[in-house]
Formats: sequence, structure tokens, C-alpha cells
Amino acid sequence: MIGFTFDGKAYQAHPGDTLAAALLRNGVGLVGRSFKYHRPRGIMAAGVEEPNALVTVGEGGRCEPNTRATDVMVYEGLVARSQNRWPSLQFDFAAVTGLFAKALPAGFYYKTFFGPAKLWLVYEWFIRRAAGLGDAPQLADPDHYSQRAAFCDVLVIGGGRSGLQAACEAAESGQRVILVEQEAVLGGSLLRDSHDLGPDWIEATAARIRRSGGTILTRTSGSGYWEHDLVTLSQKLAEPGQVQTGGAVQRLWHVRAGKVILATGCIERPIAFAHNDRPGVMLSQAVRTYLRRFGVLPGHRVVIAANNDDAYLTAKALKEAGTEVVAILDARPAPAGADLANGVPHYNNAQPLSVKGTRHCLRSVTADVDGASQSWNADLLAVSGGFTPVVHLHMQAGGTLAFDEKAQAFTPAISRQNIETTGSAANPPAAPACPPKGDPKKSFIDFQNDVTLADVDLAWAEGYRSVEHLKRYTTLGMATDQGKTSNMAALARLAEQQGVTIPDAGLTTFRPPYTPVTMGLLAGRTHRDGGAHLRRLALWDAHHAAEPIWQPAGYWKRPRAFPRPGEDLEAASRREAQTVRSAVGMTDVSTLAKFDVSGPDAARFLEIICATSVRKLAVGRGRYTFMLREDGLVFDDGTVWRLGEQRYLLTSSTGGADKMATLLSYVRQVLHPELRVSVVTVQEHYAGIAVAGPKAKAALAALTGAEPPRHMSHSQASVAGVSVHLLGASYSGERAFEIYVEASHAEAVWNACQAEVLAHGGCSYGLDAMDVLRIEKGHVLVGGEVDGRCSPHDLGLAGMLNRAGGFIGAAGLTRPALSAPGRLQLVGLESLSGPIPEGGMLIPFKNAAAEGHVTGSGYRVVDGTPIALALLRGGAKRHGEVVIATSPTRGQHARVRIVAPHFYDPAGERYRD
Amino acid sequence: MMQFTCPHCGPRAQAEFVYERTLDSVIPVDAAPDEAMERLFTRTNPRGSDEELWRHTYGCRAWLILRRHRVTHVIEAVRAAGPEALP
Repeated sequence: MIGFTFDGKAYQAHPGDTLAAALLRNGVGLVGRSFKYHRPRGIMAAGVEEPNALVTVGEGGRCEPNTRATDVMVYEGLVARSQNRWPSLQFDFAAVTGLFAKALPAGFYYKTFFGPAKLWLVYEWFIRRAAGLGDAPQLADPDHYSQRAAFCDVLVIGGGRSGLQAACEAAESGQRVILVEQEAVLGGSLLRDSHDLGPDWIEATAARIRRSGGTILTRTSGSGYWEHDLVTLSQKLAEPGQVQTGGAVQRLWHVRAGKVILATGCIERPIAFAHNDRPGVMLSQAVRTYLRRFGVLPGHRVVIAANNDDAYLTAKALKEAGTEVVAILDARPAPAGADLANGVPHYNNAQPLSVKGTRHCLRSVTADVDGASQSWNADLLAVSGGFTPVVHLHMQAGGTLAFDEKAQAFTPAISRQNIETTGSAANPPAAPACPPKGDPKKSFIDFQNDVTLADVDLAWAEGYRSVEHLKRYTTLGMATDQGKTSNMAALARLAEQQGVTIPDAGLTTFRPPYTPVTMGLLAGRTHRDGGAHLRRLALWDAHHAAEPIWQPAGYWKRPRAFPRPGEDLEAASRREAQTVRSAVGMTDVSTLAKFDVSGPDAARFLEIICATSVRKLAVGRGRYTFMLREDGLVFDDGTVWRLGEQRYLLTSSTGGADKMATLLSYVRQVLHPELRVSVVTVQEHYAGIAVAGPKAKAALAALTGAEPPRHMSHSQASVAGVSVHLLGASYSGERAFEIYVEASHAEAVWNACQAEVLAHGGCSYGLDAMDVLRIEKGHVLVGGEVDGRCSPHDLGLAGMLNRAGGFIGAAGLTRPALSAPGRLQLVGLESLSGPIPEGGMLIPFKNAAAEGHVTGSGYRVVDGTPIALALLRGGAKRHGEVVIATSPTRGQHARVRIVAPHFYDPAGERYRD
Repeated sequence: MMQFTCPHCGPRAQAEFVYERTLDSVIPVDAAPDEAMERLFTRTNPRGSDEELWRHTYGCRAWLILRRHRVTHVIEAVRAAGPEALP
């Protein structure tokens, strides 16, 4: 025996029980409360289509709400709780008051939107209180989920009789086969009706499949059918809420199949009559399943109501188990069923009208028999309204459906992709149409969303004609069961209202997943880092020893500052920036995008990429450049260096590196494949060290023993025995150099450089100091000022544009709006009253509309006066004006004067020796 | 997820590829401004077959041109783009 609890009470289950079977075994009839009306609900089905018995399973981060009690195998210690009730399942306040039935008719969501908007606040509180399923877990899911790809010739969905036969045949003909079954055991309908194929046959067939190399996955659901015969399977390795001692709790399979065979069978339809949602009304095949698969008797005095022959098997099974079947109500006219009744009182033209009972069980059934009303005492009503093929995957694959008159159901018609349907899913048992009798206001069709026949009628009366509108207005078929038991009943009612046949009424589309899928399963192993693994800088170890404050930057972490004992981030970065201005500093710039461009057509190629002229660059020289998108807006910026007659080094921003690499490849491969040029991404091939400050040149000379290159010039040098590129380039505004070294030798060069920098009174600096320095100098940042909406004119770069054109974006840039005077333009801000809030709006006076925003906030390094860079409408012509920089959400405001965006050495004299 | 046959690597899952643009929106650098903007901003989006530029970014990184049916996802043709596709 296995111990478990439901709503805190301990029960015992047999091995192999589903939670539903175990609850029935223990005589628990009331399992949950319904979505809108809080009606008592029991167990209606035995499979995944169960709409009523939704429970929360597990505890803490493992808790899973809205789990079908029929779709969780009981394990030792299972904790299940009922949902949508307060204060308890037995005494639910909302149900007792009957408050919600009248207040929540069909379309209540829509109706709340009419009238004053403020009333919605009232409705919302009311609706959220009233309607709902289980509560989402509050804690992080501690479990692991795995994902796996697989390939096969034949994928069989459904491990019943047809599926086993199809899989066995395919496997023994030498094909690679995967057979999946959503239940814990194979057999499907054979578990309730073995016919002549008992457990031995199931076992033997499974063994034959395995012997031929086939794979059988139980507790695995074919949840989605995607393009090109890709099927996703969700496999439960542990039950919901169960603690898995090792490995994953679920596995998502991506199976690319040569062919897919659907042997998914049928779902039995309930019958609509008054109070048909009460505990004690159960699908006929579910009764047989509980009886034969689990050995559980769901009732002792049973009435059966049906419109087909299959339900007579339930009478037979119940009689065999010694249960009293008091009546079979057959909706069909005589002599249907006469030869199958087998001594059980049997009535033709008989349909249930209503049932009576308590919260827990049924007391009596009233039916219309040939126009007269008749009642029976019974504690179980087994119903069968026909059979709906499980065609979800067929439809997800793009296939069409045809209406089967005889079965009153849709069956697969034209298949798209390599899919074939077999067994009862292709050929459901006959069951004629039987328009329901009984009060439509209490006749439920969508049990999970509490939609009645009267709601369908109301939608029709209010003008909702299309099945798609009906669905959205009533929420029919929109619950977690996706209308598995309800769709056909609703379509039949709609068709009746329209006076057309069911196929003419239309059908909504089935979309993945077939059954609910845990979000963690889709995330798989990426749920912690989003799949973006940390890349380590070549200088990671060197930085790590200095214990910096780290900052995520693209794929990397970069030092934000190197605080000394007693310093916080702000103090450290200010000291670092001051050291750069007064002596020398060094920082890691390895993450910059770098491309080695060479070949006879290298210059031509670069003149397509860059919006500035490249052709006239002399060997050994470099220059600032920027790149445009095809629409003419600035995309990235960087530098281009001519290392040799036919060889260039192009650098660009860290964050734009992937896009830049794609652009270079696009131009090289697609736009101009005829160019004789080679482009190599050397972003991580080279580590980069920037050395900046008035003593940078002296430090470099000492380090290399040679004359350092002039500003915007390149030279080769040797540092610590390693050959390096030296570039005279400055982002800080000081005389500065960038040292590029092969990444594997980076640490030796960093250490040698650090010794010289320290000897010259310098220090290492991080990203914050770098940002302060570049704001003061007025250098734009991609991702800051360059936000994808700026033209070169806006950033004051128009003077550098290549007048010959021919670069990407030249055509887009000709549009007059891109150089219009009122655009957001780059300006500097000087504060007249305290710090300038970064990201704050710029407004001319209080409560005015925003005319721009602060893109980067910093201070003058020498005295700490707040300054900032900003984008402002028509800003280039507004220097001297005073506006307000405000961030109401942070409660920060400052009066600022608009100035040119260069606060430090505007003439660039400090670059020169 | 679709499956494409890369001219260099054979059949691979769509996850290895990145969609770039339709072939008719590949804009020559020397296109007249009006034509360039027309190609950039006006898309035909036919209900049927269209040629698309993809890149095998997480594979061989080569560019390829697919003729794909927008409704059925049938891949009617694949060819390589780039220098090796030059006559």
C-alpha cells in the first residue's frame, strides 16, 4: 500500500493507482470546485481529458497546480490539495451564497469593458476573487529538466492495440521505431476491454518491438507537431510534485520522424442534462477503466445513459463485478441495444433530464422515456454521448478534417506532412445525434470553464455567429483541457441554432500542446542563465587576483572598478578617473569587436561598410569611423587601421560585435561575393589593454624600449618578449594607446604593463571610470547616445561622411527627415543644481512635454561638477538655454544648461605630444 | 521547427540557422535611393513560395537561399550564396 494525503487527510492507494483511482478507492467523491460557480465536482473521466478533478500536487517550489487527478500516479508521500474553494472544499463560501452564478454569465469579461473605465477596477477585484483554478507556485522550481533530440523512421503516438500493432510491424520490418504512450502502462483501451488480447499479448508485443530495436516511452505525451515532421514529446521521469533523487524530473524530446502514425484513439463525450456536472456522473468507459484496470467500483447502484453500443460493455462489466445496474437509458429508438442488454432493464428513446444528489455523491436520476418522466435511485450515472477522435496532432501538422455522420465527429481527412491515423481515431464507433433534453441553464458542456448550453444560446442571441466568436465570448474550450470533452457538444448546439450541419458551423483550431506542459521543461537547462554562458576574458585570472567589482558586459564580465581598502564603487572609480587625467591608467578593452580585413579589395570592402572614407588612409595610420544601417541611422562605431598595403584592422563596439560580424559576412558573401577580400573575426584572438594619461607615452616607451606611435598611428613592438600591436588611440581624451596581444600571452603583457604604469604613478581602472572619462570628453557610446534612432547629423558626425557615397546607408541617408533640424541631437549638460539623473527627461519648464533625455550622466573629473550627455530636440542650436532634467520615478531633478558635448580639451591638444 | 538541407552540411535543424531577409529585399549598395527604400520597407509577403536568405550561423556559417512555401513550409529548393556560387 502507498500512503498519500488529500486536503490534509491520509489515505492508502494500491501500486499503479492514479490519484483519481485512489480517491475513488477511498470513497472520495468531492474533489474540487468549479471555475466560476464553485459547484462541487468529482471525477468524470479516467484519462487526460478529465475536466473536473483538478488538484494541486506537491509542495513548495515543486507544487503543480491544475493537475488532473487522472494524470498523476500515486507515490509514497504524495500531497494533493483541492482548488478554488474557501474556506474549505466541504464548505465553500462562494458556492453557498450562490453569488456568482448570476453575476458571471457568458461573455462576462467582455461585458465588464462596457461603461466607465473606473468600474473595471471593481470588476477586476470581483472577478479575480470569484473565478480561478489553482494558485501558481510562489517558490523557484528546484527540479531539473532535460532536453533530447532523436530521429526515427516511424514514430507511433499511442500505445493501445493499434499503436502496438503498427509499431511492431514497422520495427520488425527493420525500421527505427519510437512508440510513445501517455499512460504509465501500455495497452490503451485493452486495459478496460481486453477482448482476446490480454496483458500477455501487450507484454509480448512490447517485447517484440524492443527486440527489433524499437524504443518504447511510457508516461510520455506527444505534445506538439511542428514543421517537417518534428514532434515534441514530454516525458515524465517523476510524477508531479515527486522528489527525484537524481537526474531530471521531465525530459523534452525533439523527434524528427520519417513518418508518424497516430493511434491516439477517441475521447468519450459526456451528455448534456441538468446537473450533469455532479460527483457521481462519470463517463461510461471511465467506469470500465476504474473497474478493470484499477479494481475500483465507482458506484453500487448504476444507471447507464448512452447513444451507442459501447456503453452496454459497461453494463456487462458492472454485472460481472456484482454491481447492480438498474437501468440502461438508450437515446436511440428500438430495437437499438435490445440484443446487448443482457437482462438489464433497458429503455429506448430514453435520455436523462436531471440528477439529484449531495456534494459527494448521487441520489437519483430522472429521465425522459418516450416522453414520460421516470426516476431511479442510483449512486452512479455512467454516460456515453459518443466518441471524439483525438485528431489534435493531425491538425497541428496542417491536416484537414471531415465530418463522420455516423459517429457525429470529425475524423482525419487530408494529411499534410508524413502522418497517418489508424485505429479508432480514424474510425470512431457509431453514435447518432441526440439533441439534449433537460434545463439548458444547468446543462454543462464545458465543465472546466463552467459553460452551459444556455451560455451558447445566450452568445447566439447576442449575435455571436462564428464558432471562433462563440469560443472567445463564452470561453468554451479555452481551459487547460482545451475542450477535449466539450467541443462537439458546443458545435452541435451552435449548428442547431444556425440551422446548419455541424461541419458548416465550423471548428476551431487545435494548437500545441495537447496536454499542459511544465514551463521548466521548455526552458530545460537554460533556465538559470538563459543559455548565455559566461565567457571569461583572457585576463580573467589577472583581474580576479585584484578583486574588482564585476559588471556583466555582453557575454563577459568586466571589472567595473578596482576599489582599494575602504573605498566604495564611486570613490574607487573617481580615484581611477583622476589618476588617468593626472598620471596614467590601464584598463582591459579585450571585448571590443575586432576584424582582420585583407586582400586587394580590402579598402573597397571597408568603404562599403564604413560611412567614412577609408581609401586615403596611409599605411600605419588609423581613424575613427562609424557604420550605418540601410535606413541611414547609425548602427555602430569604431576605428579602422591600415596595418599593411592590403591589410586593415577594424574595431567596433562590444555589444554590437555579433551584428557587425553578420554585416561583414553579408556584404562579403551576398552583396559583393566578387570582391577579393578576406574577413576574419579576431575579437577574442586578441586581448586588448588601453593605457591612457599624460604619462602613458613615457610608460609605453619604458615598456617597449621604443618610441610609441603618434596619435592615430600603428606600430609593432615587443612587450615581455611577446610581439604586440600598438595603436595610438584615445577614448578617454588623454594621450592613449591600445595594446593588442594574442590572448594566450595576455597575462604576461598585462603584468609587464602594470609594473610600468605603477612605476609612473598610475593604476588600473574599470568601466565606471572609463564612462566618466568618455562623457567628459564627449565620446558617444553605442547603446547610450547611439540608440538606433540617431542619424550622423544628430550626433554631429555628418562632416565625416564619405562624400563619394557607396556605403551602406547612403541611400537611406538621403531622406530629408534624417537631417531635419528638429530632431533629437547630441548636446552636453552642465548642472546648475546637483547631480543630473541618468535617463531623466528634459523639459523646458514644469509639467511641459519631454523634449529629450539624458543619455549618460557623469562629472568633471577635476572637481566633481555634474555634467551629462543628452539627446535634445533641435539641441545643436540651443546651447546656452536652461532646462530641467527630471526623473519623477526617482524623485530626482536638476536645472541644467545646454552646452556643446565636449567638456574636456575640445581642441584635442592632449592627444599630441 | 523546420529542417533545411545546407548545401555544405546536409540536413540540419532550423535552430542552427538564422533568417536574414527575403531575397527581393537584398539591396545593392548602388541602388537609387527610391528603389532602395522601396525594397527596404515594402514587402510582398506572398501566400505561396518566396525566396529567402538564411545563414547557417550555428553550423558552417555559410549563407543560403531557400525557396520556401509560406503556408506548407515545403522547402522547394536550396542553393548556396557567396563566392562559391559565382559563375
